[in-house]
Amino acid sequence: MDDAGPHPPYHWPDYGSTRWRAPRRPLMALPENLTEVDGPVLGAERVGEYDHDLTLQYGGEPLGQRIIVHGRVVDGDGRPIPDTLIEMWQANASGRYHHSGDERDSAPLDPYFSGAGRTMTNANGRYRFVTIKPGAYPWKNHRNAWRPAHIHFSVFGRAFTQRLVTQMYFPDDPLLPFDPILASVPEAARPRLVASFDLDASDSDLALAFRWDIVLRGSGATPTERLAP
Amino acid sequence: MSTPPLTPAQTVGRFLSLGLTWPDGPHVVDPATTGAIRIGGRLFDGQGHSVSDGLIETWQADPHGRFPRAGDDATAFGGFGRCLTDASGRWEIVTLKPAPLPAAGEGTEAPHLDVSVFARGLLHRLVTRIYFGDETAANAADPVLVALPDDAARATLLAAPVDGGYAFDIHLQGHQETVFFAL
Repeated sequence: MDDAGPHPPYHWPDYGSTRWRAPRRPLMALPENLTEVDGPVLGAERVGEYDHDLTLQYGGEPLGQRIIVHGRVVDGDGRPIPDTLIEMWQANASGRYHHSGDERDSAPLDPYFSGAGRTMTNANGRYRFVTIKPGAYPWKNHRNAWRPAHIHFSVFGRAFTQRLVTQMYFPDDPLLPFDPILASVPEAARPRLVASFDLDASDSDLALAFRWDIVLRGSGATPTERLAP
Repeated sequence: MSTPPLTPAQTVGRFLSLGLTWPDGPHVVDPATTGAIRIGGRLFDGQGHSVSDGLIETWQADPHGRFPRAGDDATAFGGFGRCLTDASGRWEIVTLKPAPLPAAGEGTEAPHLDVSVFARGLLHRLVTRIYFGDETAANAADPVLVALPDDAARATLLAAPVDGGYAFDIHLQGHQETVFFAL
């Protein structure tokens, strides 16, 4: 069973952008019929050779601390979700996004780092990215507002009901208690968005490792149980 | 077996296009496919301003009521569409009109697309459905539409027939607020 509401509310006044974007009317019920329990098949054709290693994409060494981010994607029943697409994006080591909307010149762009990655989970639901530890950055939501270092993740799972976009944070980040976006998550669920430092999985010549598992809700039905026309 | 606690959602933020852009995302089918239609519209906030940093994702059955499977021809009907909104909040996909589907229990769902809306300021995706405004009889019998409180709510989920396809605006908030669903 799903636990009672791990997700943030839509209306969250401490995050200013919710003010004119959060719906005000109650959400309606949607039964889990065929469209909901089925889901897109997005295969390895969407993933390029270096998409899982953001340090190898531009023919030069990006600046910053190399890290490995790895873990498993499982459903709410604890079953691994194999062969599912994961997309991720992040700021560079200076806290700047490779995006035309990020014009903060005090944080330089890195010609060898775009900050976008993709991979597929393997047969055991495991994934692994090599990247750079992103920097924190100011975001003007309130006085002295700084986003803690984070990586955006997009995961599909097997069913429309499992679609999830979220953010992964780093342990021991002093900004975590001050971030209204993380604080929008019910307190008991916040630690689930914070990766664990993983010395054993670190590469002694290259990178520190962080482990972060992603738990999607139960899919309602296994593929063989689905109604097939 | 203990069940692991679910991972919470967070907003896609301002820079979603960095990670979520697919050049072929809006093409659920090749636009040259017989029967291909365009479904599109604009995404608005509660002040009536266009949302230029949003993402619309669609998911649907094909005209035979079938969903894609692993091993299908990846260049054929994929069922899944993805389009970032542009500076005027506009998005558009090219697809085929889905068939009606059997509902669990009894009844038949009218042709529809499931839709996820992502944007800065949305801490979790919003889920809605696109129905087809010219499917009057099927819509009148659709269990999801029937369960909505009134015709004004139902009207927010009806795409209007236009030349070459259908128009469907999404209002996150305000007097025209689109019906969104809890999943």
